Amino acid sequence: MKIAIASGKGGTGKTFVSSNLARSYKQRIALLDCDVEEPNNKLFLKGEIVEQRRHAVLVPKLKSDLCDGCRVCQQVCEFNSIIVMGGKAMVFEDLCHSCGACTLMCPQKALYEVDHEIGNIIVRKSKNVELVEGLLDVGKALAVPLIREVKSYIDHFKDIPIIIDSPPGTSCPMVWTIENSDYVVLVAESTAFGFHDFKIALNTVKDVDLPYGVVINKHGLGDNRVEKYCIENNIPILARIPFSKEVATSYSKGDLLVEVDPSYQKIFEQLWEELRNRVSSGAKDEK
Amino acid sequence: MKICVTSSGATLESPFDNRFGRAPYFIIYNSDDKSFSAIDNSVNIKASQGAGIQAAQLIVDSGAKILLTSNLGPKAGELIYASGIKVYQVEVESVKEAIDLYLKKELKELKESNVEGHA
Repeated sequence: MKIAIASGKGGTGKTFVSSNLARSYKQRIALLDCDVEEPNNKLFLKGEIVEQRRHAVLVPKLKSDLCDGCRVCQQVCEFNSIIVMGGKAMVFEDLCHSCGACTLMCPQKALYEVDHEIGNIIVRKSKNVELVEGLLDVGKALAVPLIREVKSYIDHFKDIPIIIDSPPGTSCPMVWTIENSDYVVLVAESTAFGFHDFKIALNTVKDVDLPYGVVINKHGLGDNRVEKYCIENNIPILARIPFSKEVATSYSKGDLLVEVDPSYQKIFEQLWEELRNRVSSGAKDEK
Repeated sequence: MKICVTSSGATLESPFDNRFGRAPYFIIYNSDDKSFSAIDNSVNIKASQGAGIQAAQLIVDSGAKILLTSNLGPKAGELIYASGIKVYQVEVESVKEAIDLYLKKELKELKESNVEGHA
């Protein structure tokens, strides 16, 4: 069972829900932190590092003496990563999507591929949780290759449930993160900004054609527009997590709420119950 | 001397465009014979990324030695400056006004890129 946790707006509580959902499960579970620009689950789950390595993608490099400035590489590059100045090709590595077309097509064989490091893969063990995170290097623009590497751990954890924490927004990193999951939990907050982004995220999940449900976080903050919208549109509300000063205080200290307050353990256990039922029933009606 | 101006249209009367990589046109004005031509940049307007460096390529290829625009990002700036093109910062209504101000030497030279990258 692969559950993706997403939202449109940042700060609605994806990591809060992911980390507490993972810990509340009690049995062995995997959590893949795909928010590679800000993988924060470790702040709450802590745990010890069991594996750490660099991840690299392939980018083209030029053998300058062989390049005759023919511009074939520039023409085949779908990502505008190559230009030709002074009769020689110039590669902008940060724009490269590692498709390899330029290297393949260069008539002079002037391009070859080299490793370009983009970030770290870090695996931690925290009680019942196997936490895998991608940590993108500062200044790197492409999150997707690192997200794919984090998601490759799905194969390692075939026998246990997997929670996948998505980056905010609804662009490529979020789509790559939720793709191929069994169910998407959209975390929403009922504020004007939160509602606006919630609807964008909802449409994205519909486009990817995955079953979904909503967790209203900070319930009681703002108004009831998210709840009203869900009811009117037959979107299942999986849980409501109350807005409270105690939650905010505990979160700001890096506590896992389910470890300090049994009433929240209960909320997350009920959320698990909802998820189990919906995933096992195929949840076709929510697509 | 060829002068390049970022423009919303294909004539000297067209409104000036303060963007660099995603300006719809580049007007290339030749101060020697007062002629001009327009380079269509529509491909780069639609580009998901890399518009700045591809626009820089067009301008370097045009043979312009002067660029009049408002904002220049780091990657495009690297190419423009490496090619020996001088950049002058301008905020005006039309392409013609930008050229007039440059010819009257009333513009300030932009010595390095002035906005963050937006990949």
